[in-house]
Amino acid sequence: MLSKKQARVFFLGGTAVTFLIFIGLTIFSFGKSQDQSNNEDITDAVVRGKNLWEANNCMGCHTILGEGAYYAPELTKVVERRGEGYIKAVLTTPVDWAPNGRKMVAYGFSQEEAADLIAFFNWIGNIDLNGFDTVVSPLAEDNN
Amino acid sequence: MKYKSQKVAYWFFALSMLLFGLQIVYGFIMGFAHAGFDNLHGIIPFNTARAVHTNLLVVWLLSGFMGAAYYIIPEEAQRELVNVKLAYVQLISLAVVGVIAIVGYHFNYWEGRKFLEIPRPLDYLVVVNVLLFLGLILATLFKGKRKTTTALVLSMGLLFAALLYLPGMLPFDSQVKDSFFRWWVVHLWVEGVWELIMGGILSFLLIKLTGVDREVIEKWLYVIVGLTFLSGVLGTGHHYYYIGVNKIWLIVGGIFSALEPLAFLAMALFAVNMYRKGEKKHPNKLALYWTLGAAIVSFIGAGLLGFAHTLPQTNIYTHGTLVTAMHGHLAFWGAYAMIVLAIISYSLPNMTGRKLYESTRGRVAFWLSNIGIIGMTVAFGVAGVAQVYLERKFKMEFMAVQKEIEIHFIVLILCATLFLTGIIAYMIDFYKHGKPTDEALVNTNAQ
Repeated sequence: MLSKKQARVFFLGGTAVTFLIFIGLTIFSFGKSQDQSNNEDITDAVVRGKNLWEANNCMGCHTILGEGAYYAPELTKVVERRGEGYIKAVLTTPVDWAPNGRKMVAYGFSQEEAADLIAFFNWIGNIDLNGFDTVVSPLAEDNN
Repeated sequence: MKYKSQKVAYWFFALSMLLFGLQIVYGFIMGFAHAGFDNLHGIIPFNTARAVHTNLLVVWLLSGFMGAAYYIIPEEAQRELVNVKLAYVQLISLAVVGVIAIVGYHFNYWEGRKFLEIPRPLDYLVVVNVLLFLGLILATLFKGKRKTTTALVLSMGLLFAALLYLPGMLPFDSQVKDSFFRWWVVHLWVEGVWELIMGGILSFLLIKLTGVDREVIEKWLYVIVGLTFLSGVLGTGHHYYYIGVNKIWLIVGGIFSALEPLAFLAMALFAVNMYRKGEKKHPNKLALYWTLGAAIVSFIGAGLLGFAHTLPQTNIYTHGTLVTAMHGHLAFWGAYAMIVLAIISYSLPNMTGRKLYESTRGRVAFWLSNIGIIGMTVAFGVAGVAQVYLERKFKMEFMAVQKEIEIHFIVLILCATLFLTGIIAYMIDFYKHGKPTDEALVNTNAQ
C-alpha cells in the first residue's frame, strides 16, 4: 500500500517533470522555425491596433482567435468577411451600431485609429490557426 | 475556534458574501442582454458587465481563500496569527483595490484581456497585497508548533497562485503570445494551483468533520494534488489548439487534458470514502453538505463537462461558443464557490458561537442554489450546442443564431432566480450567525 512519503514523491516528482516538459514545449513553440503567426509582420500600426483592442475591452463582447465573451461576432478574418469599408464605418460611427438589435458601444474612433485596428485584424487574419479558420464556417469568406 | 486571531477570517468571508451578491447582479444584466433586453446598455454595456462579473468572481473567491487560510493556518500551526492588525490592513487594501477596479470598468479603465482586466497600476497593488498576505500566512506557519501537510499544501497553493500572476503582467506585441501567457495565469490557476487550495481546505474539513486519521487523509491529499499537476500543467495545451501556435499542442493538450477529470474523480471518491469511513459524526451537517457537494459537483462541472469539449476534434467546433460558459459555470461553482461556502459554513458557528447547525434555511440554501446552477448549466449547454450546430455546421450568421437561442436565456434567467434565492438564504444565515466573539473560544474540544 502506498505510504505518505511515496505519495509526496509522486506529487513533487510528477509536478517537477510535467512543468519542465511544459517549459520545454513553450520554448519550442516560440522558436523562429515554428512561428505560425507571421511575427515579423507585426508593424507599429498592428501594435497600436492591439493596444486599442485592449484599452476598449473589445474581447468583453467579441471573440478573436476564438477567445472572448461570445456576445458579439468572432473577428478573426473579419476583414476578409466584411471588407475594410464596413469595418471603418462601424468603428467611426458616433451612434450605437445595432445590427439585429444588439448594440455595440459607439466608440467614434478617428480614421487613424480605425486604420490601426484594421491593420491588427489583417495581421490576425493571416495567422495559421491549425484548421480552426477553415472548419469553423463563420470565419470563412462565404459566410458573412 | 482555538485562537483569537482566527476571527479575522470572518471579515474576509463577509467581503466574499458582498462581492458574490454583486457578481450575481451583473450576471443577471448579462443574461437579460443575451435574451434581448439590453436596456442598461447606455450605462453598463455588456463588456463592462462581463468584466465586473468575472473579476468579482475571482476577487470573492480569493477573499474566501484568504479567509480560509486565516482560519486554518493558526489552527494547523497551533499558534496565533503573527500580526492581526496587518491582516486587517490587507483586508481593507484588497477591498479598496477591488472597488477601484470595478468602478474603473464602468469608465473604460481596464486592460481588456479576458479575466485579467485589472489595469497595470492596480496589478502592482495586487502584488503588494498578496505579498503581505503570504508574509503573514507563511510566518505563522513557520513559527508554528507543527507544519502539517494540509497547511503546507494550502500555503503552497496560495504561494504559487501569487507567482503565477506574474506571467500575466508580461507585455507582448503579439496577440498570440499575449494569449499564450495569459493562460499561464488563468489555466494554471483554476486547473492547477487553485486545486491545491481546494485540496487543502477539503482535507482540513474532512479531518474536522469525519474524524478520519489525519495521516490517511493527507496521504490521499498528496495523490490528488499529484494527479492535478500531472494532468493539469500539460493540459494547459487545450487552450493552445487554435490560437496560432504549433500543432504539437493538439496532441499534448488532448492527451493530458483528457486525464484532468481523474483528479476530480479522485477528489470526489476521496471525500465520499472518508465520510463513510469516519466514525465521528460532527453535528455541523450543513458544512458536510457543502464539503461533499464541492467534491462531487466539481467532478461533474470541471471534470465531466470539461472533458465533453476538451478533445481537439470536438473543441474545433466548440471553441469560442457558449459551450465554454456551460462548463465554466458549474466548474467554478463546484470546485471553488462551494468549497468557500463549505469552509464558511464550518467556521462561522465556531467564530460566532452560534451553532445554527440544523437550520432549515441552510438546507434550502444548499438545494436551491445547486438545483438553480444545474438548470443554468443545462440552459447554457442547450444554447451552446444549438449555436455550434446552427453557426458552425449550418453556416448561419452569428446574430441570426443569437436570435434563435434567445429563449434559452429566459430559461437561464429563471434558473438563475432559483440560484439567487438559495444564495440569499445562505446570506441570511450568514447574517443570523452574528459577529465573531472571543466567547466562542470556550469549549474548543467540541470542534
